[in-house]
Amino acid sequence: MITRKHLLGALLLSLAGAAAFAADAIGAVQKQPLNMTAIGMFFVFVMSTMGITYWAASRTKSTADFYTAGGGITGFQNGLAIAGDYMSAATLLGLSAMTFSKGLDGFIYAIGFFVGWPVILFLMAERLRNLGKFTFADIASYRLDQGTIRTFAAFGSLTVVCFYLIVQMVGAGQLIKLLFGLDYATAVVVVGVLMVVYVTFGGMIATTWVQIIKACLMLFGGTVLLFLSLSQFGFSLETAAQKAVAVHKDGIKLMGTGTLMADPITAVSLSLGLVFGTAGLPHIMMRFFTVPNAKEARKSVFVASGCIGYFFMVVCALGLMAIVIVGTNPEYYEGGNIAGKMLGGGNMPVMHLAKAVGGNLFLGFMSAVAFATILAVVSGLALAGASSIAHDIYARVIRKGTASETEEMRVSKFATVGLGVVAVLLGILFEKQNIAFLVGLTFGIAASANFPILILSMYWRGLTTRGALLGGLAGLVSAVTFVVLSKAVWVVVLGNKEALFPYEQPALFSMPLAFFCTWLFSVTDSSARATTDKAGFDDQYVRSQTGIGAASASSH
Amino acid sequence: MSADIYKKVRANPKFAELEGKRSRFALMLTAIVMVSYYGMMALVAFAPDALRTPISSGATLTIGVPIGAVIIIGSWLLTGWFVHRANGEFDSLNNEIIREATK
Repeated sequence: MITRKHLLGALLLSLAGAAAFAADAIGAVQKQPLNMTAIGMFFVFVMSTMGITYWAASRTKSTADFYTAGGGITGFQNGLAIAGDYMSAATLLGLSAMTFSKGLDGFIYAIGFFVGWPVILFLMAERLRNLGKFTFADIASYRLDQGTIRTFAAFGSLTVVCFYLIVQMVGAGQLIKLLFGLDYATAVVVVGVLMVVYVTFGGMIATTWVQIIKACLMLFGGTVLLFLSLSQFGFSLETAAQKAVAVHKDGIKLMGTGTLMADPITAVSLSLGLVFGTAGLPHIMMRFFTVPNAKEARKSVFVASGCIGYFFMVVCALGLMAIVIVGTNPEYYEGGNIAGKMLGGGNMPVMHLAKAVGGNLFLGFMSAVAFATILAVVSGLALAGASSIAHDIYARVIRKGTASETEEMRVSKFATVGLGVVAVLLGILFEKQNIAFLVGLTFGIAASANFPILILSMYWRGLTTRGALLGGLAGLVSAVTFVVLSKAVWVVVLGNKEALFPYEQPALFSMPLAFFCTWLFSVTDSSARATTDKAGFDDQYVRSQTGIGAASASSH
Repeated sequence: MSADIYKKVRANPKFAELEGKRSRFALMLTAIVMVSYYGMMALVAFAPDALRTPISSGATLTIGVPIGAVIIIGSWLLTGWFVHRANGEFDSLNNEIIREATK
């Protein structure tokens, strides 16, 4: 039972939180000698994205430019950028490591991370685009009380952004220490500074292009790696599978599912948290406001899910082939013992595979891609956080819409710098901490506090301010409580013997609770505010369906 | 945007048609994706041997691999179908509604 849970926990980490798994599994990694190829390639990436930032800065004049690139991103570009946001360093490392050690189970998991996307398209994409302007709080508070719900939604966004930033920063530090041979603190500062530069100067335009370039690099790198690896098996996956089964300790069991559903409750809770947590991540939702209309928003999900689905399948195939190419080569194990620990930790098969089939140059390329990936994700996060602070809290709640464009821009830039400083400090502070629980927490909060309010505000006339606030709070508090009482915090961090909450993932319990409380406190709400809330639904509904009155693209 | 336009749209029978058609279609596709995904998960949980059947006699790859691939590729194709209908058929209906409401 313990190993199963460990497996699930490890998987969530590896997949959900970019380099989180790296941080956990690698632990205190050995600093490697400076890898000049990787640093050189990364330098090229940084220089070209700086060039883009310089260009983007000249086009970032209004708050709309800053938050959403003026709505001028095409569906295709946005699709790539969403894929760039979602295909984290950890999907590359974690999913392949999962297939490497567990075979078919790894692939089954990958599917769970994919199926959220079609659902987001069918149920949410066009409504998000038609109702939202800059932030997720725009939608949540569309017809509800601005002060209350906008503050709560902004708070929910910021919580998710901060936790996710810590996860990214710690993962980045560990991964870079390992791949580039840089100091942990240096790596964290480099990531923080670059993030702040991209976002403050280039806003959403620069962030989008960093994500697009990174997505292309990752798809390209993965495809080349697939081609090179397959060529060692005469381009037959069947041959690769035969050889893998012959050398893997699990033998033929590798090709069936094993430990995966041994604990179905955790597995289902995990998949709910991922599917709906993804739909509640502020930096992902924000991407839907960068396109000119609902038509392009739909197209972007089509492109994004195509890239993501393809990439996940490639990564799983890489994990399988790594069993043969990396798993039998003592060069990649500590002390040359293939039964022992893998160099750099269990998360590294795909990196070793890159070296085995493409040499040091290709390894350098893949390392640079992994670094670029982290930058792309943290930039999106910083922008989402800055928009919550500047647009929701400052401009709408504190100044009640009287702030000028210039004032709001200034606040958003200060907010970005502030978030950068916080991210670096927390990243350094959490270096030695076990941050496993933060990923569960992030997705738990996104799925239980953000998602229910969002979906109900779009679909359910009866939602009232009181219901949304209390339901959202119930989701937030229960998600946090369940995570604190679970093994990851109660036992690992706080040192207690037995976890009070037996599952790793809160979503299966906290999400229904949030929905129930939202419903209960809405239907029993007979205040005057509730009447206004419900009366606003009809107009909101027409706008969400037709796009009449939706924020339009600004012209340049 | 004045509330007038929204009222006009609501009064237009085409709006009900659009809303009904698009929502039904979206819900149907969501159901297909969810049922196939959780159906597979149920197989994994309750009939794990089913997924261990080789794809052909003597093969090492099991049917779990193509089933998984079909779910990914199939649901991606469904997104394509949705985008095709929503951006074509539904959007032209939508444009008619907007034109009639704003004239």
